[in-house]
This record gives sequence, structure tokens and C-alpha cells, in this order.
Amino acid sequence: MMLADTFITPFTEFEFMRRALVGIIALVLGAGPIGVFLMLRRMSLVGDAMAHAILPGAAIGFLVSGLNLFAMTAGGLIAGCVVAVMAGLVARYTELKEDASLATFYLLSLALGVTIVSMKGTNIDLLHVLFGSVLALDNQTLLLIAINATITLVVLALIYRPLVIECVDPGFMRSVSSAGGPAHLAFMALVVINLVSGFHALGTLLAVGVMMLPAAIGRFWARDITQMIIIAAGAGIVSGYLGLLISFHSGVPSGPAIILVAGVLYIVSLLFGQVGGLVRQLFPGRHLEA
Amino acid sequence: MSAPLAFRNLTLGYDRHPAVHHLSGVVESGALVAVVGPNGAGKSTLFKGVVGLLKPLSGGIERQGIAAHDIAYLPQAAEIDRTFPISVFDMVAMGLWRRTGLFGGIGAKVRGDIERALSAVGLTGFEGRAIGTLSGGQMQRMLFARLLLQDARVIVLDEPFTAVDAKTSADLFALVQRWHGEKRTVLTSLHDIDFVRANIPETLLLAREPVAWGKSAEVLTSENLLRARRMCEAFDTRAEPCADDAA
Repeated sequence: MMLADTFITPFTEFEFMRRALVGIIALVLGAGPIGVFLMLRRMSLVGDAMAHAILPGAAIGFLVSGLNLFAMTAGGLIAGCVVAVMAGLVARYTELKEDASLATFYLLSLALGVTIVSMKGTNIDLLHVLFGSVLALDNQTLLLIAINATITLVVLALIYRPLVIECVDPGFMRSVSSAGGPAHLAFMALVVINLVSGFHALGTLLAVGVMMLPAAIGRFWARDITQMIIIAAGAGIVSGYLGLLISFHSGVPSGPAIILVAGVLYIVSLLFGQVGGLVRQLFPGRHLEA
Repeated sequence: MSAPLAFRNLTLGYDRHPAVHHLSGVVESGALVAVVGPNGAGKSTLFKGVVGLLKPLSGGIERQGIAAHDIAYLPQAAEIDRTFPISVFDMVAMGLWRRTGLFGGIGAKVRGDIERALSAVGLTGFEGRAIGTLSGGQMQRMLFARLLLQDARVIVLDEPFTAVDAKTSADLFALVQRWHGEKRTVLTSLHDIDFVRANIPETLLLAREPVAWGKSAEVLTSENLLRARRMCEAFDTRAEPCADDAA
């Protein structure tokens, strides 16, 4: 059967394709919801900045112990969390807003990382970190991605209420509880965790893609945050599946293929989305009676 | 019964410049107090102090037996993100924070409470609407529904009727009177002097310094209002430390 050959056989025949699919699904289950919150908090570019902040940490981990999963993950987590927490604290307690304070810290982090790398004088191959290796996920990495996705969903469930209230009405949140600040920091930690998972699969640059593109897709189809999260995760899974297939059949690198599929879904949503899609705006139909 | 709030030579301000200067007095439990004064008189600053968002520069506020969560606060310009995809029902349900906390479920009984609060503010049928689709008046009605559910002993309303029409302010003021009847303490800033004189028993006239505090009819005299109007709005960047505090 032709269809099965195209759509299913690659995964039944090749273990690396199955691993890649499982890894991508686990990744977007966590990254999708995180992306929706980033978007709603107008922090869409924060993911990008954080990805830069993680890079030097991962590179230092690589310098110290080579292509070691644990060292690179720890380095990335530490660098990311330090930048997130410092930026968050500066934004909360000074006049500087979140975007400006984050920009200062991630730029410093990036500069520091590059300096350390160059002082060591090693010409390390950062391509792995930049573009990932979704087709070469070993057990350890797969486990790491799965653990991160689990942590993300559990913590998100724990902080969901304060996080939503903090987004809609921060003044109200402050007046009823002090949980808003910790919820925000926990959320930033989740952003870091997901970017770290993402860079193992897709590299730091594309990790942000599976976070933000599905979220933007969700915005065009739902008016409610719960539906938005579900659609984002679904769009991520579809992008991962189709991206891997295209990569398998055409030989395009898998990371970019996944992001490009998400990009196509995004453009379709932008045009035909139920909520504020362009076609609906241009041809809204006749107005209603009341 | 709510316990009184007491201001002890309270000075509140920003960057060492006082916005409320040497205020002393007691808000009795169950009182309904209007705070009146020109723009920049320190009304909002006083409220931020009362709810604990602003630390006093000197003096203090005694809240006997009331914790921070016993005070419900409606700020003048709520920092609400109206584009956020959330329904009126969920927004009003936030008022239940003290009862439900992080994980408490919203069962049939609580659901009934939310429906009743919505009907009390005349928003029955709006449950599923996104908050971004509400008009200014409907938004204020929704925030009052949330206040109802907060079930607080002290309620602080910062210019609750600004920019809403007569019908809406009448409906919402009926809720304020209901709270007063339930012996809750209500502090509210208002600009309509005649309305205050007719409807609110007690008034604090503020113009950075307290001008007068007592029965509304006795406070809102033309001399007092004139004194309040003469208040200088700008702070002096070269002001000396206040001498009163040294004493």
C-alpha cells in the first residue's frame, strides 16, 4: 500500500525515526503550553533571548567534558536559570522592564561564554548545539526530554491558576496572594528546561521554533486559553510528524523541516484562522442583528 | 464584624516626597467613608497604603485583626490585559481565591455563587463572553461581581464610578450600600460632591494634608473645599526633610 509506505513505514522500519518521533512529541507537549504563556505575556522573543543565554552554559559544559549529556544540560540549565532569575529580579525591583533587563543579562551571558571558549583556544564544534540531532537521540537524551516534559506539565498544573491571574490582572494577584512572583520564576525555569530539552533535539535556534510557532497557530483558532494550549500541542505534534517524514523522504535536515512545516501551518492559520484570520477579516460576512 | 483601621500620623509617598502627609484618624468597623479631594490629593496613594501595596514613609496604619486578604481592593486603573483569552465567568471566579486557593475545585455550590454574583451586577448571560468584548461599564460590573465573591471585611474602591454611566453607577452603588448594610467597612474615593453629601455618611477630605474628616455634611463645606483646591500639586525637588517628624 502506497500511503502506508509513505506515512507509516519509515517509523516501523527505522528505530531512529521512532526515537525522533517520540522525542519530538515529548518535546512539544511541554513546549507548546509554555509557548502559549510566553505569547500571552508578550514575551514571545524571550524564548529567543533565553536560547542565547543557554548557549554559553552548554558550550562550557562541552569544553569541560566533551559531548557529555549531563555536563551540557547542567551548563545550559545553570546559565539559563541565572539569567532568568537575575532578569526577573531586576524587572521586579527596579524601573527596568523585563525585556530590557533580560537583554542586558543574556548579552552578558553570551559574551562571557564566547570569551571563555576562545580563551581555552579549542575550536569546538558548536553545530551540534546550534542545530541539534533529532535523528540521533540516544536513550539518555530521550529520557531527559521525557523527564523535562513531565516536570513541565506537572509544574504548570501546580502554578496554572496564579500564572493565569498574574497574566490577566497582576494587580489583583498582588492584592490576594504573594504566589504571583514565585509562579513567574517557576515559569521562567520551565522556559529554560524546555529550551535545554529543545537544543538536544533541534538545537538552540530551532528549539524556540517549536515553542512559539504552535502557540501563534493556537491563537488563530481559539478564544480560550485551554483550547489554545491543546491546539498548540497538537500543532507541534503534527509539525514534528510531517517534518520527520519530509526529512526522511527528501533528505532535508530534520530540525529545519519540522520548523518549516510549523511555519506552513502558521501561514495557513494566519490566512484562514477562525479568530482574527486574514480571510475572515477581509470577508466578514454581513453584520448580525444584535 | 470588621475591626477598625487606624492611621497614626501616617505619611505615604514616593521617593521620600509625601503624597499623603501626617494623616491621623480611625475608620470604625462597618463605616462607609468617602475620600474626597482634587486630583493628586493622595487618595489612590492612601488606598495603596491601606491594602499594603505601599510602605509608609513614616507613621503607620494599624489593622486590628484584619489580614491582608480581608481587604478587597478595586484600583482606579486596573492593570487588566483585556486581550487575554479568558471568560467573564473565570475572571469573576478569581474572587474565590481565598476559598479555593491554588487547587480548590469549583463545584456546583460555588458555581451557584458565581452565577448569583453575576446576576447581582446584571451580567447574567455574559458568562462565556471573553473579557475583551465587554464595554467599560460592563467591565466595572464584572469587577464588582469579583469583589462580591471576595467576601472581604474591608472593601477599598478607588474611583469606582469614574467613566461609567448613571445607570451603572446607580446599580453598583446599590451593592456598596448592601455591603454597608452587611457591616463591612467600605472606603471609596469619589468626585461627585453632591452625591457624597446625599449618600455617604462619613467623608475624609484630603489634599495631601487631611483637610477635614467627619460627617459628610460638616466636612464638605465651601470653605473646606476651597482649602482643598488650593493645594499645591507639584512636589518641590529641593524640599527639606519634614520638621514634624523630628518632634
